[in-house]
Amino acid sequence: MSGTTVLDSLSLRADFPILAQEMHGKPLAYLDSAASSQRPRQVVEAMDQFYQARYANIHRGVYVLSEEATAAYEQARSKVAAFINAPSPRSVIFTRNTTEAINLVAYSWGRDNIGAGDRIIATEMEHHSNLVPWQMLAQATGAELAFIPITDEGYLDLDALDGLLQENVKLVTFAHVSNVLGTVNPVEEVIARVRKLAPQAKVLVDTAQGVPHLPVDVTAWDCDFLAFSGHKMCGPTGVGVLYGRQELLDSMPPFLTGGGMIRRVELTHSTWDEVPARFEAGTPAIVEAVGLGAAVDYLNAVGIEAIAAHERELAAYALERMSAVPGVHIVGPPAEHRCGLVSFTVDRVHPHDMAQILDWEGVAVRAGHHCAQPLHRKLGLTATTRASFYLYTLKEEVDRLVAGIEKAIRQFS
Amino acid sequence: MENLYREHILDHYGNPRNQGTLESPDVTCEWDNPLCGDVVRIDLNLEDGRVSEVRFSGEGCVISMASASMLTEAIKGKTIAEMEALRDEDIFEMLGVELPPSRVRCALLPLRVLHKGLAERR
Repeated sequence: MSGTTVLDSLSLRADFPILAQEMHGKPLAYLDSAASSQRPRQVVEAMDQFYQARYANIHRGVYVLSEEATAAYEQARSKVAAFINAPSPRSVIFTRNTTEAINLVAYSWGRDNIGAGDRIIATEMEHHSNLVPWQMLAQATGAELAFIPITDEGYLDLDALDGLLQENVKLVTFAHVSNVLGTVNPVEEVIARVRKLAPQAKVLVDTAQGVPHLPVDVTAWDCDFLAFSGHKMCGPTGVGVLYGRQELLDSMPPFLTGGGMIRRVELTHSTWDEVPARFEAGTPAIVEAVGLGAAVDYLNAVGIEAIAAHERELAAYALERMSAVPGVHIVGPPAEHRCGLVSFTVDRVHPHDMAQILDWEGVAVRAGHHCAQPLHRKLGLTATTRASFYLYTLKEEVDRLVAGIEKAIRQFS
Repeated sequence: MENLYREHILDHYGNPRNQGTLESPDVTCEWDNPLCGDVVRIDLNLEDGRVSEVRFSGEGCVISMASASMLTEAIKGKTIAEMEALRDEDIFEMLGVELPPSRVRCALLPLRVLHKGLAERR
C-alpha cells in the first residue's frame, strides 16, 4: 500500500473478506458505505487481539494491564487527533457516534450559550442528526432556526448565507458532505464568511460523510466543533468523535454525568474533571476506540488523497453511465463537486422496488429518505435510491448497478 | 424470493382498484411509513354498518400500493368489527408471496391506516 499511487481496489479487497461472498447467487456489490462502511481485517484483528490479550478497564487501575489499556485508548485519541490535524489530543472526545457528538454540543455548549432571540443557522441539506438536536435546543431556549437554502444544482446558496449572518447568530452548523446529494461543501469558504460577518458565532462541521473520504484539517478550517462516526471510516460501530476548540471545551459543562468524569463528589454536588475526561462519563467504548485507531492507521496507509481520487473517478463514471439511461434522474451536483455517492430516482420505479431488484442482482443499495426528510421535500421527492462507494468499490460494480437499474426498468414498464 | 413481483401484485399496482378519495367519508385516515416516506390514505363510507364505498390514495412502492388496492377490495361489505379483526397474517395471505423482512412494513401500511382510521372514529 502506498499513499501516493493510484489506489488498487482489487488488492485492497483482500483486507475485506466480507466482500467476497455471494447474495442471491451473485457476487456481493456493497454500495452502501455511506450508511456504514465495511472494515478491514486489520481493524477486526486489532480489536480481537486487544480483547484477548490486553483488555482491562482504563484509568485509575494500578496494575500493568489497566495502565497499558489506558495507553492504548489514549494512543487511539492521538491518532484521531493527528488524522484531523487537531492541535492536541485533548481536544478529541470519544462519543458513541456523530449523533451523540452533536447532541453533546447542543446540550452542553448550547444550553449555556444560546438564549431567546438567538439564531442557529443550519442548512436545508442536513441529516436529521444535525437538525433535530438544534430543533430541541431552539424549543427549549426560544432561539430561532434559520437555514442556508440549496440551489437547484444541489449547492449551498452562500449569498443567502450572507443575509442570514446577523448579530444574533450564535452557531452555524453544516455538513461537510451531503449524505443524499453527495455535494462536497466549501467548508473554508463558509467559515470565512461566518468569521467576517458574524464573528461572534461558533461553527460546527458535521463530517460524518466527509472524513472517511476526504482530507479534513480542523486547524486550516478554523472550525469550532467537528463531529464524525467511526463506523463510516473503516472503524467499528459504537465510537464517534467530537473535536472541539480547546478553550471552548474547557468552558463547557458536562453532558452525561456519572463515573469517570468527576473531580470531587459530595452527596449533594460535584465538580468536574478536566477535558476530555469530563465528556466521557462511564466506561467508554475502549476496544472500539482502539479499533478506530487501527482504522486511522489503515486509511493513512492507503492514503486519504488516493481514496478521494478513486471515489471522484467512480462518481464521474457512475454519473456518466447512469445519466445515459432513459428515465433515470440523478440528484446533486456534477462529479467534480461530489463525493462517491449517487442518489437517484427512476420513472415508474419506486426506490424500494429498485433496491429490491438490485438486491436480487447482488447489488446492495439503500432506499428511502436517508434521514434527510426536509431535503427530499425540497427536492419534491419522498424517497431516492442511493449507491455509495468507498476505497474497495470496483468500476465493474458500477456497471452491475447500471445493469440492475436497466433490468428494473424493463420489469416495471 | 424473486417471486415477490408476481403477476397479481403487479396487476394491482398497475391497475389499482378503488383508487381515489371520497367527499366527507365516514372514516378517513392518512398515515405514512416514517422509514421510507410511503403514504397511504383510506376513505370509506358505511351503510347499515357495512362498508358501502371505499377509496385509497397515496404514494409508495409496488408492495404498499398493491396491498392497499387488495385491502380495499377485501373490506367491501365488511362490518367495523370484521375490519378490526383483520390481522397481519390476513394481509400476507392476500398478497400470497414471501415478503423479505424489509418489505413487511410496506405490506402492512394500508392495514395500519385502516385500523388507525377506525380507532380515531370512536
